[in-house]
Amino acid sequence: MIIQTFGITKRYKNITAVNHIDLSIEEGKIFGLLGPNGAGKTTLLSMLATLIPPTEGTAKVNGYDIRKEPGKVRASIGMVFQTPSSDEILTGRENLYLHALLYGVPKEEREKRIEDVLELVDLADRANDLVKTYSGGMRRRLELARGLLHRPKILFLDEPTLGLDPQTRQHIWDYIKRLSKEQGVTIIITTHYMEEADSLCDRVAIIDYGEIKALDSPSMLKMKVGKSMIKARVESPNLDYIRGLPYVIKAEAKDGTVTIILSEAGAHIQEILCNLGNVSFVELREPTLNDVFLQITGKEMRVESAEGWAEVYARAGSR
Amino acid sequence: MGRGVCEGWFKMSDLWGIYALWYREAKVFLREKSRLVSSTVNPLIWLVAFGGGLGASISIGGAGYQAFIFPGVLMLVVLFTTIFFGLYVVWDKKIDFFKEVLVSPLKRTSIFVGKMLGGCTDGLIQSGIIILFGPLFGINYTAYSLGLVILFVLLLAMGTTSLGLAIGSQMTSFEGFGLVQSFVILPLFFLSGALYPIDNLPAWLSWITYANPLTYIVDGMRGALLGESSFPIVLDLGVAAAYVAVLVAIGTFAFKKMT
Repeated sequence: MIIQTFGITKRYKNITAVNHIDLSIEEGKIFGLLGPNGAGKTTLLSMLATLIPPTEGTAKVNGYDIRKEPGKVRASIGMVFQTPSSDEILTGRENLYLHALLYGVPKEEREKRIEDVLELVDLADRANDLVKTYSGGMRRRLELARGLLHRPKILFLDEPTLGLDPQTRQHIWDYIKRLSKEQGVTIIITTHYMEEADSLCDRVAIIDYGEIKALDSPSMLKMKVGKSMIKARVESPNLDYIRGLPYVIKAEAKDGTVTIILSEAGAHIQEILCNLGNVSFVELREPTLNDVFLQITGKEMRVESAEGWAEVYARAGSR
Repeated sequence: MGRGVCEGWFKMSDLWGIYALWYREAKVFLREKSRLVSSTVNPLIWLVAFGGGLGASISIGGAGYQAFIFPGVLMLVVLFTTIFFGLYVVWDKKIDFFKEVLVSPLKRTSIFVGKMLGGCTDGLIQSGIIILFGPLFGINYTAYSLGLVILFVLLLAMGTTSLGLAIGSQMTSFEGFGLVQSFVILPLFFLSGALYPIDNLPAWLSWITYANPLTYIVDGMRGALLGESSFPIVLDLGVAAAYVAVLVAIGTFAFKKMT
């Protein structure tokens, strides 16, 4: 286990941001912390990165205690922040050079490593331009590159695709997957995008109000909800009959929409539709992590706009 | 990962880290040309307009009023450049490259030293430009006077950057900038004898002036450049060194406490 937390807790004046979390993360995997904004993901990550001290409990990162050996922890990790943190007035290459100095990358290796990571994130041709002129996606890529420069065993990515358009997001996902595969880095990401956790992570912890509500691989999490899902708009559904069917796990009606979770839809959809009532609309699909989240926490995940991030950029520009 | 050998208090990796911080500050400073220009024009206006205007109707100092206030204006440049450089950590803390620095394995003390050297470089470059204009205002340099003035500028820059960093590291927003200007920079400057001789001051003013460490720094520079000084040069240097020592200590402490 490359990361282990022991009852790690962070309390602020009025709220408990992280509440006694015990977590083990395997080496070489992509691990996701999924939850709505304010769930405590970033706080947990910041504690693991030794940026803020825990109120209670502790954690071991790469075998080092975050309280006792913060220096060694920092040397083992790379971190990509939620808010942009490269220097706009410097070029991409200069940012990387500074990072190499800060992390004590040996002199004879600096050049080569910088070239390597630039290549890895496809920024080699823009390396000598000021970061000011980069797009949001390029900045993220630069920060990914920077996080890798000192060859950390663990890479923390805090909302790596926040505020990016879908196409750029897909690109970043591809980079992250490649990093994990080619470099064998353990990657911990926080996200509130369900698809991101689903597409990237080997294991996902669903976190809400500072606690872990579920922890498994995305497919296992979805299996727990059920294999298939039928959503139908029905005027007066015959729910009791549906619930009595042997392959139906759960059936609920809310605002005129019926949600039925069942072990296998294909073979049974005919029977369900015939007995459900006057169906005006029907949708058959596999459950998503959103459904998992909904079932575990009893609420939809609040969808955040990218404004928070855009604001930070706006402020950065007004320096 | 090669962590380097131990070198006194700092490891090799710390020295590289300090170099990294300095390198960044120097690059940024040289790249923001507008800042460089505006902070050069400002003191020249002081010298030409204030020095020339007031100098026309009063006679202070053997070499003329412009020459008399030249050390004071030099100090003004360093004071403003370095204290605001320090205060900018408020900004750095929120965003930018600095957050990245805080998560790096670098010690807080090294971060402080790197930042301070960055501020000193700014101060030295900025004052260097003004020094070049010196002969226009009746200043004649010798190797000795130039060396001594640069030494005073360096000490002043070290101390004042530390002061700015100490205050900035504890601030959470830019709102305190005006307060620092009103209660720190302007009193330090106007109560230092930068613009008037301190020998004939009323008692209450002279006590405040004597308690201001910058008084001795201006006096030292004036002694070096014009041969007119109120205190022995050794005392001036001693006070300047103490100014640096105290503020570096405070700044280091403040950086360790910074969140």
